[in-house]
Amino acid sequence: MILPQLQELKEIEDKARTELAAVSDEEALESWRIAHLGRRSRLNIILRGLASLPIEERRQVGAAANRLRLELEEMLSQRQAQLREATVTAVVERGRLDVTLPGRPLAIGRLHPVTQALRDILAAFVSMGFQVFEGPEVEWDHYNFEAVRIPKDHPARDMWDTLWIDYVRNDEYPMLLRTHTSPMQIRVMEQMQPPVRIVSPGKCYRHEATDPTHEWMHTQVEGLAVDENISMADLKGTLYEFARRLFGRERRVRFRCDYFPFVEPGADMSIDCPLCDGQGCRACGNSGWIEILGAGMVHPEVLANVGYDAERYTGFAFGLGVERVAMLRHGIEDIRLFYANDLRFLEQF
Amino acid sequence: MKVPLKWLGEYVDINLPAQELARRLTMAGTEVDAILTTGREWEKISVAQVVGVSPHPNADRLRLATVELGGEQMTVVCGAPNVAPGQKVAFARLGAELIDGHSGQPTILKAAKIRGVESAGMVCSEKELGLSDSHEGILVLPEDAPVGMPLGQYLGDTILDLDVTPNRPDCLSVLGIAREVAALSGGSVREPPGDYQELGQPIKERVRVEIADRDLCPRYCAALIEGVQIGPSPPWMQERLVAAGVRPISNVVDITNYVMLEVGQPLHSFDFSLISDRKIIVRRARPGEVMVTLDGTDRPLNHDMLVIADAKEAVAVAGLMGGAASEVSENATAILLESANFNPASIRRTSTALKLRTDASARFEKGLNPELAMVAIRRAVRLMLELAGGRAAEGIIDVYPGKRRETRITVTQERLRRVLGLQLPTPQVRQTLVSLGFGCRWVPPDRYVVRVPYWRTDVHIPDDVAEELARIIGYGELPTTTLSGAIPPAQPQPSRELRERVRDILAAAGMQEVITYSLTNLESLAKVLPPEELSQRPPLRVTNPMSYQQEYLRTTLRASLLETLASNLRHAQRRIALFEVGRVYLPRPEELPHEVESLAGVGTGDQPDRWRQPRGEPVDLYDAKAYLELLFNRLGLAVSYHDSEDFALVPGRTAEVRLDGQRVGLVGQVHPRVAASFDIEQDVYLFEVNLETLVPQVGKPRLYQSLSRFPAVEEDIAIVVDEGVTAAQVQAIVEAFSLVQRAALFDVYTGPPVPAGKKSLAYAISYQSLDHTLTDAEVDRERRRILERLSREVGAVLRG
Ligand SMILES: [Zn+2]
Repeated sequence: MILPQLQELKEIEDKARTELAAVSDEEALESWRIAHLGRRSRLNIILRGLASLPIEERRQVGAAANRLRLELEEMLSQRQAQLREATVTAVVERGRLDVTLPGRPLAIGRLHPVTQALRDILAAFVSMGFQVFEGPEVEWDHYNFEAVRIPKDHPARDMWDTLWIDYVRNDEYPMLLRTHTSPMQIRVMEQMQPPVRIVSPGKCYRHEATDPTHEWMHTQVEGLAVDENISMADLKGTLYEFARRLFGRERRVRFRCDYFPFVEPGADMSIDCPLCDGQGCRACGNSGWIEILGAGMVHPEVLANVGYDAERYTGFAFGLGVERVAMLRHGIEDIRLFYANDLRFLEQF
Repeated sequence: MKVPLKWLGEYVDINLPAQELARRLTMAGTEVDAILTTGREWEKISVAQVVGVSPHPNADRLRLATVELGGEQMTVVCGAPNVAPGQKVAFARLGAELIDGHSGQPTILKAAKIRGVESAGMVCSEKELGLSDSHEGILVLPEDAPVGMPLGQYLGDTILDLDVTPNRPDCLSVLGIAREVAALSGGSVREPPGDYQELGQPIKERVRVEIADRDLCPRYCAALIEGVQIGPSPPWMQERLVAAGVRPISNVVDITNYVMLEVGQPLHSFDFSLISDRKIIVRRARPGEVMVTLDGTDRPLNHDMLVIADAKEAVAVAGLMGGAASEVSENATAILLESANFNPASIRRTSTALKLRTDASARFEKGLNPELAMVAIRRAVRLMLELAGGRAAEGIIDVYPGKRRETRITVTQERLRRVLGLQLPTPQVRQTLVSLGFGCRWVPPDRYVVRVPYWRTDVHIPDDVAEELARIIGYGELPTTTLSGAIPPAQPQPSRELRERVRDILAAAGMQEVITYSLTNLESLAKVLPPEELSQRPPLRVTNPMSYQQEYLRTTLRASLLETLASNLRHAQRRIALFEVGRVYLPRPEELPHEVESLAGVGTGDQPDRWRQPRGEPVDLYDAKAYLELLFNRLGLAVSYHDSEDFALVPGRTAEVRLDGQRVGLVGQVHPRVAASFDIEQDVYLFEVNLETLVPQVGKPRLYQSLSRFPAVEEDIAIVVDEGVTAAQVQAIVEAFSLVQRAALFDVYTGPPVPAGKKSLAYAISYQSLDHTLTDAEVDRERRRILERLSREVGAVLRG
């Protein structure tokens, strides 16, 4: 025979399960808890009445009632977790945003593209042990020309159309806007003894009509390395490494003979055109190669001009145009854009 | 230098395609700018004969030319002054591609009515055919040009357009290029012949030559040919000249030009009958001497210029251009031929002074070897006898005061290795040099003696020989290594480091960097600088500016920055903040200018709202100051701001920035009058910093302050002061108290209930001690002392 209390526990359980299924919010759940697990719940009354039962009945009913209590408590906490999860989900759902809307505006500043290119160029050389030195933009004829083997009346002066300062000494204009950074070779060597390994950036000026590839003000980087045992092979290796750092490891380079009065042998370096990968395009004049710098072994007379022992020391020098590097990197076709400073241009970099 | 391959082939076998030939020349130092193929673009253009010329009915300066094209005649309008019946010309039919005579751009010939007359084609000039820049008249072809033949077939050739470097005057000749080609392709050179029969009287009995200024004329050779017949040169010569870009004139003149292009030596021919007293004197021009040159221009000469003179007067400007008076005309029968050598610097100075550059001066100024003069004159006399007839006088006058020793250079193996980074085998060194015409003797155990051929005036030292070897072997064949020596010790670069930090800080703060031109004009400078500053320290002027806009070196960044702002405002009405870090150039007597690293910034426009639209709050002084505060904070520099005045800024809205009592910069509102002068009609703020003055101050490490382990007491205090009292004064007083760890201004208020003429300043003050927890009593005492001092020093009253 089944004890009536056990029958009642069965009814309590059925009722609790049915009612719990209908609970849909925290308030209803609390009512359910009070009804089925509260102090005045039928279950609690049974539990409290256990003491008055005979020992055998007490054992049977007590075990069943306690099991039911644990079961109901477990159901309660599960249901509670479910309800909370649903609430959070609903809140999150209501909080959906259009993630494509712009962020709140912060002013965005940028460096000029020439500054950016110059920094990358210098960084490439600095990592190869070169130091940066700077010098004057307004120069003496002596440093710009004479000391680098371009005396007056030398036809090579045609390679550098010059802006002269209105200052006369001994019936001549001795002061000018430097036409290249090569005078820094002399200034640096006057100040230090070998080993020398420097790069010198700065503005240069030419008396030149402007067009898409010519600008009268431009930025150059001069390089100079002088030591015992520096050869053309070092020139090639250093500049090759530079080209690959700046334009990508896959770049190929080409050195050809060229003439600058202050170097011997003279050279210039081209890279295979990054725009067409050497296949030939408008930018490279269909040659597949783009000349990026002039270079050479420092002429022994230049070394002698600064008092170096030209038998003992050799070195190489190079000069490159920063705007040209920036143009190649960004596919810019008109050099005049750099110093027109149109924000629609500058803000692209 | 234009080198037609047909001509080049006379001196060297060309066994390479033009592209490869061009590549090798370029790699070896003579850059091929372009490979021109004459003929290819000349579709629909053929040789024609002018059979009739009649006046244009409606235009005086135009004529109607009827041309015969081989069974077909056409009449076209022609504007050239030199068109005449009988001429062979290049005739373009409709649809032909030509170079426009005026614009220089390629164009397609279309049917046109010119002053009412239909023109069905065109008689072309050299420029229209792309042969040269000459557009003065039509191209007249040699008489034997076959009528009807396509022009490409008749004139077509492949022409290398070479960019010859100034050290290689020998490459300004077809023979010189042939020598390069021979060395680069393993061929050998065929020198043009220069022998001839001398049937006339001894030249010494006919002509006397004297060099008065031997330093300017190392050699003067003269030959005499009598009984010549002046006429056109033969077609083959005319074709070559045209292909090389030289206009044929007459046999004698063409021969001098031809030999110059062939071997590189400029020559000049005189009509001997016009040489007074049969005497040539090479001398400096006399003061005030004037000569009319072949181009019809009066040339005022001076004592620095060398002339060729006869007994009476100057007959040529040496090495530049002959005189009109002794020009070889069609009646000349006796030709005095000059082949001389002149001092390169003198030629260049004279050329610059007369603003006259000729094919001759371009060669002389680069330094030719006097030996070449004799080679060239023999070649020219031979061609004269061949093409203009006559008898050559016996012998050649050769006044040669400047004879040089052959250049010999001792080159050690070790030097070659040190320069090239490669040990070349002896046979390769010798064979390479010999292929270029050098002599090379190996002197054991370690050196070569190299003899330089006369035409190579650019090779003097062992490293020059190293270049010869490297460029013929190919730079690509040299090894590639990295620098192996010690890296020199690092030197500090505080100025550059500061400048780059400043750029980074301001760009991160939202400003756009610009770089403007260093040259400007007085007008722009006068807009931003007081007149007395400009007059007391006038900026440096360029003596040959490209335009008046870029005539003066800037002494401030303000002007160019405001100009940049103005030009951008024209297409962007929004918030703009620009800065520039660059040099200004302050003149110093007898010295290079002081180039001062400077910073300037300008800002204008409205702050953007959430949607980047103008918020209706224009930038003001405190926006401009914010950049400076950020900058100096990041640089670790404690600067102060003081009321100031400036020519270009609004009084009362201008502050001077001081560091340790020294002025380092300025910030303020650009005066509306100044802004308007740049066409800016809105508020603009500007700041300037002299970076040079900051250099010694930056880079010092900042000292750490210990963090207190004890709690801080926070409280707010509002005080009322006169409006004239500055925030900085109050701040300095409050911060001077030892228990005040921080005092932050959080409100400035004027208006009721604060009395008129007063303002309320509210501070959040944080009291803290490093060694104990503050008691209420301590804080009370400190506050009282602060208020007492504020009351005493700035008349502050605690706001109730
Ligand atoms: Zn390309």
